[in-house]
Amino acid sequence: MSKTVLICGGTGCVSSDSHKVYDRLEEELQKDPSSRIEVKFTGCHGFCEQGPIVIVQPDNVFYCRVTTNDVPELIEAMKKGEVLERLLYRDPVTGELSRSREEIGFYKKQKRLVLENCGEIDPENIEEYESRGGYEALRAVLGKERSEVIEEIKKSGLRGRGGAGFPTGLKWEFTAQAEGDKKYVVCNADEGDPGAFMDRSILEGDPHAVLEGMLICGYAVGADEGYVYVRAEYPLAIKRLKIAIKEAEEKGYLGDDILNSGFNFKVNIKAGAGAFVCGEETALLASIQGERGMPRPRPPFPAEKGLWGKPTNLNNVETYANVPRIIRMGADEYAKIGTEKSKGTKVFALTGKINNTGLVEVPMGITMRDIIYDIGGGILDNKEFKAVQIGGPSGGCLPSELLDLPVDYDSLTEVGAMMGSGGLVVMDETTCMVDLAHFFLNFTQKESCGKCTPCREGTKRMLEILERIASGKGQEEDLETLQRLARVIKSTALCGLGQTAPNPVLTTMKYFLSEYETHIKEKRCPAGVCKELITYRIDPEKCTGCTLCAKHCPSGAISGEKKEPHVIDPDKCTRCGVCITKCNKDAIYLA
Amino acid sequence: MAYKMVQMPEEVAQKLHLVDDIVEKYKQVPGSLIPMLQEVQELLGYLPQEALRKISRGLEIPLSKVFGVVTFYTQFHTEPRGRNIIRVCLGTACHVRGGQNIMAKITEFLGVEPGGTTPDLRFTLERVACLGACGLAPVMMVNDQTHGRLTPDQVKEVLSRYQ
Repeated sequence: MSKTVLICGGTGCVSSDSHKVYDRLEEELQKDPSSRIEVKFTGCHGFCEQGPIVIVQPDNVFYCRVTTNDVPELIEAMKKGEVLERLLYRDPVTGELSRSREEIGFYKKQKRLVLENCGEIDPENIEEYESRGGYEALRAVLGKERSEVIEEIKKSGLRGRGGAGFPTGLKWEFTAQAEGDKKYVVCNADEGDPGAFMDRSILEGDPHAVLEGMLICGYAVGADEGYVYVRAEYPLAIKRLKIAIKEAEEKGYLGDDILNSGFNFKVNIKAGAGAFVCGEETALLASIQGERGMPRPRPPFPAEKGLWGKPTNLNNVETYANVPRIIRMGADEYAKIGTEKSKGTKVFALTGKINNTGLVEVPMGITMRDIIYDIGGGILDNKEFKAVQIGGPSGGCLPSELLDLPVDYDSLTEVGAMMGSGGLVVMDETTCMVDLAHFFLNFTQKESCGKCTPCREGTKRMLEILERIASGKGQEEDLETLQRLARVIKSTALCGLGQTAPNPVLTTMKYFLSEYETHIKEKRCPAGVCKELITYRIDPEKCTGCTLCAKHCPSGAISGEKKEPHVIDPDKCTRCGVCITKCNKDAIYLA
Repeated sequence: MAYKMVQMPEEVAQKLHLVDDIVEKYKQVPGSLIPMLQEVQELLGYLPQEALRKISRGLEIPLSKVFGVVTFYTQFHTEPRGRNIIRVCLGTACHVRGGQNIMAKITEFLGVEPGGTTPDLRFTLERVACLGACGLAPVMMVNDQTHGRLTPDQVKEVLSRYQ
């Protein structure tokens, strides 16, 4: 029987050398043409941690961390119809082997709707997309009234997956009702949140789904031109999108008189030039027009006055990718997934101090605990869970008390976080919350475009205070000043970037206040992260005087006679931590 | 950002006339300043003042506006760059998994700070907020290749592959 080997060609697996595995397989198989084994690249499977991922069909065997050296043995096993156990996934907790993807805990609680094609099809071959129902939704829509399509999206309850969660159908209706001789559809693929890569994986793994969603939107709102604004840091996504556009044009899904319906639509790609604020819709439009990407006050909203002053509908990658699925399965069926006010699924990038990092898709309303423990496999090295940061620099940090919170738009907003685009960064006891707040604020401060004062100056002042606290120079009134600054920035900044910038600081202060207080009052960093508040010491009982630490110390801060206990000079020490990693007697500790 | 007057390297000066073709190609396309700058930078390696003047004249927009756009976006550079671009990720996931130790090792090894270029133009070192490969944290990119699950000890070996 013939077999197909699916090799993950997502950015994660490619950097784990999946293309070398591909080449080696091709090379070996060419030596033996009778083997009837076909090799194919697919999009991201989401389990990047275990890459390169290889799936053998039709047996549905899931192999992970495959290297070129495994190839001959893998081919032998396939020929014999056997399973190569040593490359199967082993559960880090139970130690059990899983044969198929469905058996792995990481996938069990997921609901893969938007990601259903990712990892299953060759994203550079339109026929594979078509064979799984691709472009059928477009075909169905073209026979309907425009208003019917908008009604269907409204009924599905789909909300924007890029941030605030505005109802998508309503947005489309505004653009459809706006007057203009020309309208645009824009896809926001400027995924800039640190710790997020959902949109990249969708574009790399299933680019046609995004195009189809944009086409359906274009038809519904009466637009004939679309733009995809992609981060320049995503070269593979841009390449795959270009191929997809070309294929769709050749097949008549894009261009003039699409499928003989009289509907015209073309799509352009714009590569970003590296500015986080361009993820904000009005800034993104300015950037497409070739200007500095600075936001402007709304109203007028882009639905009325968008690209080049024309009515424009803007959604993000994941939102568009949902659209063809909704049309195919029907709005009523789609609305059965999720909670009352948050329908469907959400894709999250699960990262940080967690066993299974990667891309996961879950039904709305699932608890954070399910995501972190059942899908994520718990905390790395059996450490204690401390917090999870949801929604990137605009989101918030949630403590263990909120682990059972249902993950939906409204519950998250209530506790001071937000869904955001879908970054989930898990932190353990070794993460310092003051340092984390500082990290995010430093990010937004650097990315502030400088147009409005609250964001430009306010975040700078907040950052100075946080730096002071982290270096042990904090004063008690600092906490109140931080709160006041945060309130003012939230209510007066011009755009979403500024309005949400204080969120990480506010949530860490709300849930981890004692950690701030320890930094200020006791001049101590409990997690041992803030460099100016920690001292490295050598335990004279354990030190054997091997001199290893002194040799590696870059600042010459360690001294002592051979075979005698050494000491660290705190004035010379730069707290780089090299000595701890070099000592094999466990004699160096943080005080 | 101050514009340092940098002498154009010989090979850049030789290619400067090709900028006219790029300007010609995009002249009629609305909103084409950014793609044009991207293409010119791809051609010359950076954006020398002479090239910006050509663009300004070609598009009939003030040089100050062109310069404003160039300095707004982090991707554009007004000084010569190294043959290999190292981008060390210091995003959230990399931050909590020790990205700063990778950066420290590289700065020590190359002797340049983030944003700097080695005198032999072999490497330019940059910090980025997220490369979107968080599953492999800590991560760095050299040119178009992503290197993940890094430890400080691996840095030297990885960089030695790029000349």
